Amino acid sequence: MLRYTISRLIQLIPTVFGIYTFAFLLMRVLPGDPATVLVGFRDDEAALQNLRRVMHLDEPIFNQYVAFLGDGLRGDLGRSYLTGQPVTEMIASAFPPTIALGAVAMAIAVIVGVPLGILSALRKNSIWDNLARLIALIGVSIPVFWLGVQFQILFGLNLRWLPISGSGYDQHLILPAVALCGGTLALLTRMTRSTMLEQLNQDYMRTARSKGLRERMILWRHAFRNALLPLVTVAGGSLANLLSGALLVEVIFGWPGMGRLLVQAINTRDYTLLQGLVIVFAMLYAGINLLIDLSYPLIDPRVRLQ
Amino acid sequence: MTTREALDISSLSNQPRSLWRDAVRRMISQPLTVFGLLIIAILIFCAVFAAWVAPYSPLKGDLNNFYLTPPTVEHLFGTDDVGRDILSRIIYGAQISLKVAILAEGLGLLIGTLIGMITGYYGGVLDAVIMRLIDIFMAFPLLIIAIALVAALGPGETNIFIALALVIWPFVARLVRSQVLAIRESEYISAARLVGVSDFGIMFRHILPNILTPLVVFGTLGTANVILQEAALSFLGLGSVERSTPSWGRMLNDSRAFIRTAWWLPFFPGVTILIAVLGFNLVGDGLRDALDVRN
Repeated sequence: MLRYTISRLIQLIPTVFGIYTFAFLLMRVLPGDPATVLVGFRDDEAALQNLRRVMHLDEPIFNQYVAFLGDGLRGDLGRSYLTGQPVTEMIASAFPPTIALGAVAMAIAVIVGVPLGILSALRKNSIWDNLARLIALIGVSIPVFWLGVQFQILFGLNLRWLPISGSGYDQHLILPAVALCGGTLALLTRMTRSTMLEQLNQDYMRTARSKGLRERMILWRHAFRNALLPLVTVAGGSLANLLSGALLVEVIFGWPGMGRLLVQAINTRDYTLLQGLVIVFAMLYAGINLLIDLSYPLIDPRVRLQ
Repeated sequence: MTTREALDISSLSNQPRSLWRDAVRRMISQPLTVFGLLIIAILIFCAVFAAWVAPYSPLKGDLNNFYLTPPTVEHLFGTDDVGRDILSRIIYGAQISLKVAILAEGLGLLIGTLIGMITGYYGGVLDAVIMRLIDIFMAFPLLIIAIALVAALGPGETNIFIALALVIWPFVARLVRSQVLAIRESEYISAARLVGVSDFGIMFRHILPNILTPLVVFGTLGTANVILQEAALSFLGLGSVERSTPSWGRMLNDSRAFIRTAWWLPFFPGVTILIAVLGFNLVGDGLRDALDVRN
């Protein structure tokens, strides 16, 4: 396990390197160099040259790249064009809200989606099954930003049950999290249903029954345990979706997370902040994928690590 | 002689039955798939004949008489803050959504198929390098990378379609490569090589037709996803620079200022996106079942 973990961590190095390179190149294709954007429309050549020197933009691109990587290794993502604040600081304060929002949405999706999927598989073609399939069908097709707006209108403005925007780990979190969980919920329900159906038809199920095991035991210890591996893969894969969705949901609900920060960075052309956020989002995603890979042997002992 | 008789099954059926004919038969027996096909047909019809279908102009409004009118018989989906008919704008919006979705998915499929085919067929260093690049590319959440690209290229429909195609191709390349790897070792490929068919001929005449089914399924489901992503990008204000362009995502974004007073403003564009995406998803699922593609 330790050796596997270490080798996976080593494999992460080229990925991180790639992420940094992509983010760097992204800054290079931007129209006009960063200094021009900063100086703005003032036609001040001296200020422009001065700023270029301070930002090391007058150096050869390879040197800039090396400097960028060096800073990155030290955890320095530069300073915001707009506020001059270190980008790492800005992202650090927006990080917890996004994680909280994503975690709660994921929790709702798992708590509702998995049982619904199991129920759907056990009572195939029943009303529960049809309901679960309908939810799955609509859930993957619904635009999360529209769902968010509809929630605001229904639960916030008409029923006045919940606040429609603002921050705080209390009732403020409910609407954004529920709006965000839709797609993942749909995917989990659908996957749980199909993997459970597959397991329920296996020979070992008949064996377990003929041994006289109780149904509950058969369901959880045998069928569900085997269905868990593909489920974790799907849940992990949908985290990317969740991150993208969080971005849109944060904008709608004024949630002070990384998504809102990203949109703000685009609108104000704060390219260092944008670059930093792209890096952090990608690292977060890579980190989550690593954790999922590492969890496989814990879930299913048959998975051999190498 | 007995073996020849055993192999001679042509007498069993009078008509030749192709995979596609069978698939179509299976598809139209599924009500949900037919429903999906119907949605797509209506969307395409609206996009192509928008000028005839739409009851009003999508751009000109009657501000004096129809400022934020709720749905009525005259204006089925109501009017917006400039007095424009929302139904008409949605119908014209189908042009943008479908155009971007089909172009982006098409370009992504084209690039991905070419690269997947070449890397899968030749293998070697090129394959290793490109697959490594694809791994890195896939380390980014889809929408984030699309946003970053559009932010870099500048907002607008063309850039959205380029950005989305750039996001799609790695997935296609991976799919195609894995299929090519499986087929490459088949005997009929060796046979084709023996009789002197060129690499190009083998790839496009002999391998491509055999990997078409998963590509068709992928493309249909992918189109559903691209419609969603395009709407999300327009919603974030990265769509057309022209403010009056009737894009579904943009309409939704513009409507946010009026959610307290005009529920119909965000409601109808969103439902339209939902139905359009649902249509492509239903057909994609139907195709997958009909063509029996396992993933």
